[in-house]
Amino acid sequence: MSLDFTPQFDGFFRNETFRDDFTYRNSPQNIRRFAFPFDRDDYMYSVNMEPHTPGRPGSVFEHTFDVDEHYVSEMIDRAKVLAQDPLRCQSLPHMTLAGWDLLELIMESKARDYPQWFSLEKDGNRWRWINRPMGIDQTFTFLDESTLPYGPFEYITRQTQGDFSLQDERDGTLWMDAGMITSQADWSLDFDIGMNFHEWHAPVPLAHEMGVFDRALKFLLKLQHGAPVRRYNWTMTVNPLLDTAPETYPEWGHMRTLPTQENMGHMMHLRVELQGLFRLPRSNAIAFSIRCYLAKFEELVTVPKWGRRLHRVVRDIHPDVAAYKGFLRNRDAMVEWLSKYDDGKPTSPGWWPDDEE
Amino acid sequence: MSKTEFPPSIRSRPVYADLEPRPGRSHVAVADGEGAEAIVEMLDKAADRPAMLAALHILYAPGPNGTDQWDSLQALGAAQCFRAPTIPTLLPRLGRVVADAHMGTQFYLAGTEGLIGQAERDIMATGFPHAAIQKEHRGSTVRRMQCVHCKGITENVATDPFKCSHCGLWLFVRDHYSRRLAAFQGVNIDAEDKGEIPEPVVRFT
Repeated sequence: MSLDFTPQFDGFFRNETFRDDFTYRNSPQNIRRFAFPFDRDDYMYSVNMEPHTPGRPGSVFEHTFDVDEHYVSEMIDRAKVLAQDPLRCQSLPHMTLAGWDLLELIMESKARDYPQWFSLEKDGNRWRWINRPMGIDQTFTFLDESTLPYGPFEYITRQTQGDFSLQDERDGTLWMDAGMITSQADWSLDFDIGMNFHEWHAPVPLAHEMGVFDRALKFLLKLQHGAPVRRYNWTMTVNPLLDTAPETYPEWGHMRTLPTQENMGHMMHLRVELQGLFRLPRSNAIAFSIRCYLAKFEELVTVPKWGRRLHRVVRDIHPDVAAYKGFLRNRDAMVEWLSKYDDGKPTSPGWWPDDEE
Repeated sequence: MSKTEFPPSIRSRPVYADLEPRPGRSHVAVADGEGAEAIVEMLDKAADRPAMLAALHILYAPGPNGTDQWDSLQALGAAQCFRAPTIPTLLPRLGRVVADAHMGTQFYLAGTEGLIGQAERDIMATGFPHAAIQKEHRGSTVRRMQCVHCKGITENVATDPFKCSHCGLWLFVRDHYSRRLAAFQGVNIDAEDKGEIPEPVVRFT
């Protein structure tokens, strides 16, 4: 068996690519709802977590798992990545129950939040799941792996935007013991699987010394079922590559040499991760969703507040942070391009595009 | 004395301490190269040395730099003492020993990071708790590296950058370490600017 699906683009979902000819772009209405991560004109690492409660209607915070116009094309891209390298999805043997927990959470959330696209019918443990955008209609037995074409974790994350990892809790820390990682900002699941919280974050500069990870871990160990939290992270990516994996860095790394003042607006993308953390009910594991949003510089500057702010953040960022995020070599050129969209006016606090002046 | 001082590094990089004799039903010591000295010194600290030796199984291989201190271990008079020609030939025997070991067994690993890491990986895979395993670095600091691109392991890496022995890419040596793979991570150094490869520097001896 495999996950056979028949994409249904139906006018809302865009048919686009994240590789080769890079036809990915945001519609004007999708730019306005972009997950712009800067609530002020500067940036430094912080724990920056808040309750993941339903947010502003139409925004990426409205629903538990945001489904947007890129959904179907992202799932096609994920299937291509997995066909080339199945090790991008791994689950250590003790994580199967956590996979079922996540499957339940996602199916129930999507069926509730997007009834036009997803439905879930339950007759005891006999469940029927319909995913209309992907053309999937699956009847299976909850907690019986033999009734799905993949393990529960892989099955549901092949149908959900964003990367996912599952953290087991023991010895007073979290262990990343499963992951579906195909739209990552340059880290390897195959290398990091089985590491604890401080180990997999080890390469991040400055934040350890600031105590960010100690505080974040303390916070996460107290995470309760039914009270998920979220935070933003971000980096920059040349071309709309979802899959910037270290495994394939020799194939995409050279793209970082391509930006010029002429192509910057089209080629450079702000890459935002909306990260959600969910305590799971049976396994007591923590699911970590890492939803990647990409926007071209030329799309972002159509919102004047964002153009001003992005210029100031990139201009003033600590060089170690820029180096770790992989854009130090292009930083000056990015600042030069963005400066045309910064008239020096003050910006209003907060992320939203519309509450300016 | 060949005890090793490593500079401060990131939190995935393993750290080591002096081996200390601990009470246990049985004792398994795994060493290579200069690691033999750590085993000898640990036994010198034992409160009841004859009892410890009577429950001790030693597995040893010469170090990657050629150091062979087998004689000093053989002279200890442990219940079992085994010399393997290489680490890969030592590990299957370790697997057999661990399969028979009961909870309460104490493990003492000493020598190079390649030996320590692979022995720790195999012991932990059978379910022994981390706390039952002590590790002391001695001798060569050459590294066991995984190429993140082709996944091939290159043993005994001395320079940074180094050439992957499998795919041939030039890789820089990270301190990021996977206990599951028992390897540090190597990443292509000229992925962005093809052909711009710095002169390799000997960092590990």
